Amino acid sequence: MRCAERPDDFEKRREKLQNMSDEELHHHFWQLVEKIVEPLIDEARTHTTPSIERSILLRMGFSSNEANALVEKMQAKNLLGHGAGRLVLELAKTKQLSIRAAGAALLSGQYWEEL
Amino acid sequence: MKLSSDKKLDLQEILKNLEKYQPRRKGWTWRKKVENNKIGPFVYQDTSESLTHSVPLPAAAYFDNIDPQSDVVITTEIASGRFEDDLRRMRMAAWHGADHIMVIRTTGQSHIDGLIEGTPEGIGGIPITRKQIRATRKALDAIEDEVGRPINFHSYVSGVAGPEIAVLFAEEGVNGAHQDPQYNVLYRNINMHRSFVDAAEAKKIMTDATILQLDGAHNANATAKQAWKVTPELFVQHAINTAYSNAIGMPNDLIALSTVPPTAPPAPKMQYDLPYAVALRELFADYKFRAQQNTRYMESDTMETTVTHVLDTLISCMTSADIQSTITPDEGRNIPWHYNNVAGVNTARQTLMGLDGLMEQVELKQDGPLRENVRELKERAVLFLEEILNEGGYFTAVKNGQFVDQGYFPERKGDGIVRDPQGGDGADTVIPREANYGAPVCSHFGNNSYAQSSTKPCNDYGGCTLCAPSKIQYIDELDTQDNVEKRLQQPFADSAAGLIRPEVEKHGDSIVCVTLFVPESPNVAEAAALEMARQMSLKNCEVISRRVMHPAEGSVFEIKGMLDVAVDIGKLQIPVKDELLSDAAIEAWVRPRDIHIVAATVGEDEHSVGLHEILDIKHGGIEKYGFHCHDLGTSVAIERLLDIAEETGARAILISTIVTHGNVHKQHMLHLHESARQRGIREKLALVAGGAQVTDELARQCGMDGGFGHGTMGRDVGSFLVRTLREQG
Repeated sequence: MRCAERPDDFEKRREKLQNMSDEELHHHFWQLVEKIVEPLIDEARTHTTPSIERSILLRMGFSSNEANALVEKMQAKNLLGHGAGRLVLELAKTKQLSIRAAGAALLSGQYWEEL
Repeated sequence: MKLSSDKKLDLQEILKNLEKYQPRRKGWTWRKKVENNKIGPFVYQDTSESLTHSVPLPAAAYFDNIDPQSDVVITTEIASGRFEDDLRRMRMAAWHGADHIMVIRTTGQSHIDGLIEGTPEGIGGIPITRKQIRATRKALDAIEDEVGRPINFHSYVSGVAGPEIAVLFAEEGVNGAHQDPQYNVLYRNINMHRSFVDAAEAKKIMTDATILQLDGAHNANATAKQAWKVTPELFVQHAINTAYSNAIGMPNDLIALSTVPPTAPPAPKMQYDLPYAVALRELFADYKFRAQQNTRYMESDTMETTVTHVLDTLISCMTSADIQSTITPDEGRNIPWHYNNVAGVNTARQTLMGLDGLMEQVELKQDGPLRENVRELKERAVLFLEEILNEGGYFTAVKNGQFVDQGYFPERKGDGIVRDPQGGDGADTVIPREANYGAPVCSHFGNNSYAQSSTKPCNDYGGCTLCAPSKIQYIDELDTQDNVEKRLQQPFADSAAGLIRPEVEKHGDSIVCVTLFVPESPNVAEAAALEMARQMSLKNCEVISRRVMHPAEGSVFEIKGMLDVAVDIGKLQIPVKDELLSDAAIEAWVRPRDIHIVAATVGEDEHSVGLHEILDIKHGGIEKYGFHCHDLGTSVAIERLLDIAEETGARAILISTIVTHGNVHKQHMLHLHESARQRGIREKLALVAGGAQVTDELARQCGMDGGFGHGTMGRDVGSFLVRTLREQG
């Protein structure tokens, strides 16, 4: 649905705001903003994306090419919801590998069934 | 790496050992304000520490060459497509006072899902890669040491790879970045859920790296047909990004609003832009302000653009700004040229210095139209927010086209940008985190099973790259053809052969710009101007600016073209400048000899300032060396000068000749030489001419012993006189 055209009825709409002090108006402004932002933050807190997961692998010491390839495979296998970094770290712990060695093993096709 | 002001930036040195480079500091740096800053003859109120190396404003020559620096950071945006050429431009801009270098990204990088590596050439910007950032940061480290002030390096954390770019920036010491998910949604059609989820991670990374964040609201100004009508929405866009950033934990002092005065003359700019600027600063009193200059209405006339930018900067001074960003005056007509970045920086610098102390003397009225308009804007913004909530929240409001509508809210034109919450680039890529979701790294936002303990999430494996930078994986190049080493082969070969070409943007581009006034009607004049440029041997000629002076009397054009000429440095005749004698050496020779000098401004010419500067002891003139100066004043006849010279036994005659109509300055010089010769005293006299249009070469052609133009000081003339008189014996 697209917003329809509407004339400038500001004078009518402002009536309820007119008696607010500037300070009250500012407070009202920021309260409304916080209400708008709240669900957006909730979604961010509880969701992830391929870019976030690649950024985590970068931070764990993988190159951009390696991070791309790992995340692509994990996404194809519906594993990203666990966290790409978690998958690599826990594999490294289980197999007693370094982080980079665990990533390299995954890139060579090993251990996917154990993730 | 240490720079020397007489040597060009060594690109080979910059590219060497980049794999080992680590940034020496992270985060944003503000200028250090100096209260009651005494510089030269003045005391400044709004300045910061001076630079150790700089090019002062042109008029500084009249004020002891002072170069005061504003207390606000000055931005320039640089983007030729080749970062190696941009580095040289950054150095030039830094010498003119820029300490916030913003690098524009190449077209399309927003839609690349991942990082780019290497140094491919870009279009309208550079592909942001690790190697390009490292090389740039390394060059800026050297440049900031050269000018004596930290330089903030800035680019963009937007598109579908925001979190990765934020990591890259945090690792590589980038100091500032644009980050605003609304920009992705509205202008790049990137899926809105993806944009906001990515943004939270990116903002968290930026926060921990103390990268200053700029938002993207100003883009609505550049998009809307009537930019002043989207102002209620701009408050909303600023507020959404600000509140979102705060909620992630970004502190207020890392959040800068990117704001642009929305109109330009002939619009009554102050009536619209000042209330808007005031309202914004009141509503966002706790945040930083990056004041940008207007780009919406600029086309090809660089002078018109400059005036608008001066007015924009005036608004910054009357309200507040922490960063004054600059737009190159040629942005409306081409990708900015080197010297126009400098011109843009100087517009801000000159304006800010001229306005120093303004708000100690004037204040904005607290009643009347300003306050009424400020209040109205705020109320319109509140109504906009209420409507978002009534519609069902941000995503639905965007879906319904509430943003970037041309109506002055609550007016609606029904032409807003519409985006589908389930569509756009990166749709269906937002994934719910499972209960065991984990991210064993620092600077991660949201649910994380590794964030439960008191130790760092990366402790299990010895630290992430933000804690242990040696773990960063550096990729040098992926493309064997499209890379900086290939591109630099030609410049290095030219340099080895001693060849130079004109340049506006990239090495060897050979582009020049000529200005032509043609006294004909516009169409005829334009065709003629292009033909004239071709006859100057310029190739690919293109009119980049046209201004009608009168429909029948003529138009002025700026034409760019390629001057396909390489000049061999070895074959150039470069005049050798004599080293100046020291003050002490001049005085030691002059004082015991009782030397008389006769001086005047000649012809029908009442200019006296230039000659005073050269003669008067109080201006540092040559009297201080012990010359006996007989200043005969202005509009003096040549013969009278010679009469007095003979009477006093003068050893030199100094003439000032400012008026040049009909080449009268040449006539005066020739006349002086010829009359002195006829009187038989030419050989005993040193004849010197000075003036705005006088050069040493011209003066000698006209029979003088020497000539001096703009910027001449007493010591130049004193040194010359001693050398000349010594030779005459």
